Formats: sequence, structure tokens, C-alpha cells
Amino acid sequence: MTFLLSTESSLGSHFGTSRTSAPDRSMYRRERPVPMRSCPAALYNNLSVLPLPAPGLTQFALVHGPTAQLLSAAPDGLPVSQRQLHTKDGAGPGFPLITQAYWCVLPFRVLLVLTSQRGIQIYESDGSVMVYWHALDSTDASPVQALFARGIAASGHYICVGTWSGRVLVFDVPAKGPNIVLSEELDVHQAPITDIAAEPAQGQDCVADVVTADDSGLLCVWKSGPEFKLLTRISGFGTPCPSVQLWQGSVAAGYGDGQIRIYEASSGALHVQINAHARGICALDLAPEAGKLLSGAEDSFVHIWKLSRNPHSGCIEVEHCHAECVTDTQVCGARFCDLRGSSFAVTGYDLAEILRYSCV
Amino acid sequence: MSVRTLPLLFLNLGGEMLYILDQRLRAQNVPTDKARKDEWTEVDRKRVMNDLISTMFNKKFLEELFKPQELYSKKALRTVYDRLAHASIMRLNPASMDKLFDLMTMAFKYQVLLCPRPKDILLITFNHLDAIKNFVRDSPDIMNQVDETFRHIIEVYGCLPAGEFQLIRQTLLLFFQDMHIRVSIFLKDKVQNSNGRFVLPISGPVPWGTKVPGLIRMFNNKGEEVKRMEFKHGGQYVRAESEGSFELSGDRVLTLGTNMYSASRPVETRVSGALKNSSLNTKDNIAARTLAKEELNFLARLMGGMEIKKTSGPEPGFRLNLFTTDEEEEHAALTRPEELSYQVINIQAAQDQQRNEELTRIMGEFEIHDQPQQSTSKGDDLLAMMDEL
Repeated sequence: MTFLLSTESSLGSHFGTSRTSAPDRSMYRRERPVPMRSCPAALYNNLSVLPLPAPGLTQFALVHGPTAQLLSAAPDGLPVSQRQLHTKDGAGPGFPLITQAYWCVLPFRVLLVLTSQRGIQIYESDGSVMVYWHALDSTDASPVQALFARGIAASGHYICVGTWSGRVLVFDVPAKGPNIVLSEELDVHQAPITDIAAEPAQGQDCVADVVTADDSGLLCVWKSGPEFKLLTRISGFGTPCPSVQLWQGSVAAGYGDGQIRIYEASSGALHVQINAHARGICALDLAPEAGKLLSGAEDSFVHIWKLSRNPHSGCIEVEHCHAECVTDTQVCGARFCDLRGSSFAVTGYDLAEILRYSCV
Repeated sequence: MSVRTLPLLFLNLGGEMLYILDQRLRAQNVPTDKARKDEWTEVDRKRVMNDLISTMFNKKFLEELFKPQELYSKKALRTVYDRLAHASIMRLNPASMDKLFDLMTMAFKYQVLLCPRPKDILLITFNHLDAIKNFVRDSPDIMNQVDETFRHIIEVYGCLPAGEFQLIRQTLLLFFQDMHIRVSIFLKDKVQNSNGRFVLPISGPVPWGTKVPGLIRMFNNKGEEVKRMEFKHGGQYVRAESEGSFELSGDRVLTLGTNMYSASRPVETRVSGALKNSSLNTKDNIAARTLAKEELNFLARLMGGMEIKKTSGPEPGFRLNLFTTDEEEEHAALTRPEELSYQVINIQAAQDQQRNEELTRIMGEFEIHDQPQQSTSKGDDLLAMMDEL
């Protein structure tokens, strides 16, 4: 699939003199939205997308509060099937809230992971059967701390999940069956985990393939395996990092002050700094085959960026591709719907539908 | 999720409540010399405000409020405000109380949504507290109570990291989820759309600490800037000029949380039509019933600390109407959609010290026998008892 890259930014457009509120060239057009029963919660990374084998069918997962909703929809926007999942009942008062829903694509299977205030629930990808349950350990908590699990990623046959204390739990997942085992506990972060990202290890060299982020903005870069190895630490100086992605040895991080920063994963060197949004970033996603980065924030904007590696310096460079204003909506989730980034979906607080866009 | 949210929620909603009541009391004001026995005067208004504020800032009550705990449902919170509103000579019919609660919650929802940085929720709170101090500027004792609370908030929240404030903000937005009541003052000012969603401006100053979007900087491995590019962001943002003050007094800069009602602007709400798929499924219902017992614990603890002054002698309660006429109020009560009914646990407004003690005793009993089977029946008894009050 070929498309024209917008090169407005490289022409050095006169910033500030233009009075238009939207860019002239729109590469993506809005498709039929997928209606939902209720609105998503204003949480980070509140959308997960799984393209299904059936042509054109896409599955979406998002969190409403005490429930998570799975919807599959056809290109015409009509929901084909729906399912609601609840938190597993645990001890304690109040509705346990779900914090995140995410599909983990492993070598031999796809599993749906839900994190909540009680623990971690892992299901078969259609949400029909719960395969595994892990309760959160609250022994070290002080009464003023909120307890929850948050941040989910799959690396090889491992599923990594973050927690309120900063601890990252690593689960070893067999090719089939429920014998999921807690393999390791990573205790480096001191603030609640916000997001985790992974990518297939590149080549035989010891290349970073997992990155964890927390509320203080600290990023930790790891090499996955039977024993995870910490490679680099990148400080955020107190600004939360709600969302993080990994692409070809580069870490792309979105921060609570609206900035996107891209670092070399192995060294932690800063390569790109983008003043991307006017409010906190809530979601980042990558289309690995095209090197496209998607960012969604509370300022109601969604931006698409093109990442590339400069052949001479070896450093990562970025171009702005597309800006989309989701009027009067604080974006809380944004995902590409395919590996090339030719379509994407967006969720927002107070918005009772999943918005979809695709390349013209 | 954040267990530090309740004090901020309560004080900000309380602040909005006071703005609305003050405006309605002024609107229904009658000069003292011309007042009939059942009409409001300036003296009455000041007295009501003083009574409400002194109850809200009661030390024992606030102690309970500041304990780390999860947020309770709108129903539970509404019951507290119902009790609070009646902590004076003022009386509100259920329809007026519903409208009051609608206005309070939509106003604070708006403020939380438009809050530039999560930490700025404190500035919104301070705006409310500054106004409350102004209401009681002639009563040094009550002023003292408010100042104490102010200092306590600075102590508890002043040093929280940004991530914790964002969690508080997310918790508040969870509380306000699916609330889309249209408020005519918001509709007129074009801050709310006709579908009940708030307008999010894409221009104006960026939050303090955020840079204006539009710049991409690229660096080499030595950390030297090698390329700089601009992109069209789509919004029209400018730099923030100054940061608001987080001290006991100072320029807050932010206007969110200041009084938006003036004497001449009537406060109307139009209640949004029924949501298409608003049926609660069974699991939600069961969960709601279980929740009620925890909420009763919370209510008993909180209201145990609420010192309500007894009205002396045969002095009647003065009725305050939040609508323009009595007929309008009656009509509103009859036409309120089912799913928006708060189904308030009717705890008698006439404060009864003896009853409070009994409630606390029952709560104490309830806590000892904390086994699932037994607590179900005890909880139900308690619920039944509350309904009888």
C-alpha cells in the first residue's frame, strides 16, 4: 500500500502566521465509528486493538471502570459481537476498577490481559475463558497508597505486568494451557508503573527488547530472558511517562507535559525532542512496518509521526505526518489497526464510540 | 483509585454548593424592614452561610474526611450534602436538592476536565476556599476553621508528585463518568454543547511547565542539536505567563473554581434525555447492593462528626427554592427521569443526637461480626432502618 508523505514540516512552514486550525492536507479520513454502551474511563492507554483473521474484522478492548468491554466490528462500523468482562471479586470495599486491557501476541497464542485494583486476569483472546489469575501483594503498602496493576506487554513467551509499587512481574507463558508461572519480579522502579513496551529482539547481539516506564518519568530498558537484564535507565525528572514504545532499538516516550522524546535504547542518548501536545499524552502506538508513531493526548489531538534512521549518523529522525483534532474530546486511547499504520482507532473520555480513521 | 481524592471532591463540591445557595438566597432577598415572617433577609442569608460553612469545616467531620479511603458513590455523597444543606434554618425540597446536586457536580466536572495540569486541581480548590473565607470574613471563629483546613491541605497535598495528582484527577473523572446534564449557564456561555459534553478549547495558554507545541529538535550522539523543524500543530496555543500561588493567599491565576454565578443569572438545569442503553445488568445491581453497606459505614462515621446546631424553639425552617416558581419545582420532581434519580437514603434532617449515637453503636456491632453470611442480614436490617428514618 503506497501513500504520499506530507512534507509540510521540512519546508519550514511559518509557524504562528497561519490562522487555519487544521492542516491543509489530510491523509486520513474518518470512517464509521463503532458505537459503545457507555464511555471509557479517563485512564492511560485505554484501547487495545487486535486485527482478526476474518477479512476486515477488528477487535477492540477498552476499560469503562469496573468492567472492560470487548467489541469486534466490521469496516462499516457495525459491531459484530460484544462481551463484558468484570474484575474478579477480591477482598475489600468498593468496586474494584480495571486499569487496563491489552492483547498480548505471543509466538503460539494470543492472550487478553486485564489489570485491576485486585490483580491480573489473563483470558483466551476472545475473553471467553479466564486462564490465569494473580492477586496483587499488598503487604508492603501504606494506607495512603492506591493499589493496582498497570502496564502490560508481551516479549517472546513472557508477559510483563507493572504494579503500583514499581515492581514489574514477569510471567512465563507456555505454548498452550493454563500453566502460566510467575518467573521473575523486577524491583528497580520506585514509582507506580504506567506502561511497558516490547519488540522482537533484533539479531543475535544483546539488544534491548523491553522498556518499562513509571509515574516519575523513569524509563528502564531491559533485555528479556529467563533472567531479565537491566541495560539502561533514563530519568524523567519527575514528569510522568504515561506511554512508551520501542522501535528498532529506539525508545519513544510520551510525557505528562505533552512532550515526546526519543532515545537510543542501549545508551539512553536523547535523539529527538518534540513539543508535541498542549496537555498530557495518554497514548502512544507504533506501526512497526512503516516506522509510524501515533500519539494521543488530553488536548484532543492525535498526531502521526514518521520515524527513520539517518544512514550517516545512525540517529533517529522524526517528521510530522498528520494532525487530527478530535473535537471536545480528551483522548485516552489510540492504536493503529494494522502493522503498516494505514488505519487507526481513537477513544476519548465522555465519547460513547470508538473513532476510526484510514488512509485515503 | 487514589485514596486521597475525597477531601478535594467534598470541598470543591461544597464550594460550588455555597456559590449556588448564596446566589439563590440573594435572588430571594427581601429588605429586613419589609420582610414577612417567612421571607429571606440579608441577616438570614448570612446566618445560613455561616451555619453551612461552620458545619462543613467542623474538625471532627474533616478528620473523617481526610482518612485515606476510596471514593463512594454519588448516592452516598449526595446524602452527605443533603444533611449539610439542612444544617441551617434552610429547607430544600427533594427537587431543589436534586437540582442543586446536578449543578454542583457538573460545575466541578467542568473544572476538573479543563484543569490545565493535574496539580492545578489544588488551585481550583484554593479558589473555592478563598471565596468561602470571604463569605465568613465577619466571623473570625469560622474563618479560623477554614484557615486550619487550608493549611492542612497544603500540608497533605503540597508535596505530592505529578503522577499522584494525575491519579487523583483520573479518580475524579471516573466519579463524573456518564454525567451529561445540561446546565443553561454553561450552554449560554458556550462552554457546554447541546449533547451535554464540555467544549475543550484548543487555544490559549499552555499549562505551566508545558511548551507550546510545534517544534521538533534532533540531536546527535554527543548531545548536540543537529536539526530543528516546525510542524503545524492545529491549535493556537501561547506560553503560560505565570504559575498560580499555592500559598495560603495569593494570585491563583486560574479562574476555574471562582464564582461564576452573579445575582442576575438564574441557574437552570435541563436534565438530559435517557441514554439509549442505560439498563443496569444484574451483576451491577448486586454490586450496588453490596456497596451500600460500606457506604453506610462511611456515612455513619462522617455524619457522626457533623455537629448540627439544633434550631431553638418553634422557629420554622425557611424554604429555599432553586427553581423560579413553586410550580416549576413540583413539575421538576414529577418529570425527573428514573435513571437520574439519586434514591437518597432519607436520613431525617432534624438532627437527633440520640439517633446518631444509636447509629454509631449499631455500626460498631456490625463491624465486630464481620462474616459474609451474618453481615448480609445485619446490613439489610440496617438498610431497612435507614429507610424508616
